[in-house]
Amino acid sequence: MAVTALSTYGDLPPARPRRRLFEDERWLAMALLVPTIVLLGLFIAYPFVRGILLAVTDSRVGVPGQFVGFANFEKIWNDSIFRTAVYNTFLYTGVTTVFKLALGLWLAMLLNRNFRGKALTRAFILLPFIIPTVLSTFAWKWMFDPTFSVLNWLMYHLGLISSRINWLGDPDLAMISIIIVNVWRGVPFFAISLLAGLQTISPELNEAAAIDGARPWQRFWYVTWPLLLPVTMVVVLFSVIQTFADFQIVYVMTGGGPANATHLFATYAYQIGIGTGLLSEGAAISLAMFPILFLVVIIQLLYIRRVEVR
Amino acid sequence: MIEGALWRKWVFFYIPLAFFLVFLLFPFYWMVITSFRPDGELYRPWNSVNYNPFWTWKPTLDHIRYLFEETLFASWLWNTTFIALMSTAISLVCGVFAGYALSRLSFPFAGSLGTGIFITYLVPQTLLFIPLAEIIRNYHLGDTPWSLILTYPTFLIPFCTWLMMGYFKAVPKELEECARIDGASRWQAMIHIVIPVAIPGILSAGIFAFTLSWNEFIYALVFLSSPGQKTVPVGVTSELIRGDVFFWGPLMAGALLGSIPVAVAYSFFVEHYVSGLTGSVKG
Repeated sequence: MAVTALSTYGDLPPARPRRRLFEDERWLAMALLVPTIVLLGLFIAYPFVRGILLAVTDSRVGVPGQFVGFANFEKIWNDSIFRTAVYNTFLYTGVTTVFKLALGLWLAMLLNRNFRGKALTRAFILLPFIIPTVLSTFAWKWMFDPTFSVLNWLMYHLGLISSRINWLGDPDLAMISIIIVNVWRGVPFFAISLLAGLQTISPELNEAAAIDGARPWQRFWYVTWPLLLPVTMVVVLFSVIQTFADFQIVYVMTGGGPANATHLFATYAYQIGIGTGLLSEGAAISLAMFPILFLVVIIQLLYIRRVEVR
Repeated sequence: MIEGALWRKWVFFYIPLAFFLVFLLFPFYWMVITSFRPDGELYRPWNSVNYNPFWTWKPTLDHIRYLFEETLFASWLWNTTFIALMSTAISLVCGVFAGYALSRLSFPFAGSLGTGIFITYLVPQTLLFIPLAEIIRNYHLGDTPWSLILTYPTFLIPFCTWLMMGYFKAVPKELEECARIDGASRWQAMIHIVIPVAIPGILSAGIFAFTLSWNEFIYALVFLSSPGQKTVPVGVTSELIRGDVFFWGPLMAGALLGSIPVAVAYSFFVEHYVSGLTGSVKG
């Protein structure tokens, strides 16, 4: 029921037609949503359709392709580098998520206390998350440099190693290196989000449990963790999507090397689609991420709806 | 605080916290120290004698001078700032309008539109960059800042909308109705009553969007080609590495200087940033 704007003042100008149109909620809503719908339609929905069309042809840069059906998907399925990339992506997402959640939760619990310099500490802790990833990843690459690595220097002087570790030259170590960088970048996001969740939990609940004789570990497991679960779920699902589709860290650290051993979906799609100019195959590799991302988004939507209903 | 003896406080609090701080901040320290260290000290093997990697007694500005004299670093800084400010402004306008419509107006398909925008929020840039590169070329936007100013809002608008919906929902309906009884149109009530109340939300969304667009990499890497058009992350990546040779001094100086604008913006709005971050997750 729209409240009709009855002017009680005689000197107001009569409502112009545009204004009267905007008095209708539906017209106003439409006008307000047009810029958003146009931009998202042009640069998300349209490219998505184009991507699918591209993936079923054999286009290259400057050469419009013929329809080839699922040939591109068949080709990448039989490509051993693609299979490695799929394996790497799952490994990378799984391992980093576990570490980010564990360390992030630990850091959040540390920050959930009162101590001097808390605000400053929190501000500094977020730095890895706000500094452009490519730039901070270069600092890591320099720290992992085969000849000048400060980490090797440190470990050597602590007596942990006796000869240099070639961090980015060995496939397994290279994977470990990019996992470390991703965890480093993601921990602040987990910590600050979970801290916000922790702060909504009333301390009285923990106190009551303590009076009933619950040990710290029991208090965490039976009081804090269940109450924190909704926030945790959203943060994890969010992070899984970002990590699964990650590009920057691998591109800078290894470029997919050594010998294509550390590619993820996105870096391999870039190498094939932009590097070698096989647009269709690159688009197919990118789109191969879609089913999994879609699944995660569905889980997230269902979860949010369930939480809202409650 | 932790109950019990002092040693418990050290073991369970100070030492872990110090561990986290060192882990999270050391790369930045390393960036700073490398930026001011002369090349002669930089390229000494990790196991050479009398080598102290953590400090230098001969700080130099050579690397920074190299950046500004031998590369187009100044243009990259300007390009990144311009693109980040423009795309943030566009996204804020769109996000505030869309957030208002979705949270305070009732119209057909409001629910499904809201879900649609939420889904686009979760679309990563790496899913669409290849078809998008084609589209950008077809629109003749390639190698111009507009290719980024128009595409960055695709990941900023959904986030801004989502965040603003939360803020608008908290503004009481009565406030708006009072204004409308006094003769304000819907449009006027929105501009003069509801939006001013939600200014903290707009600041949060703005600072968050600014850091996100400063951080964006793959679109900038694919859409821009000439050195003068590049943004800081892309310029540093492509122009400071020649084949296999990394110019680590200028690279770290570039990384440091490229981080400063976003770090300064962040330091002014830490609280807004944090509420934007947590708001973006909680919705």
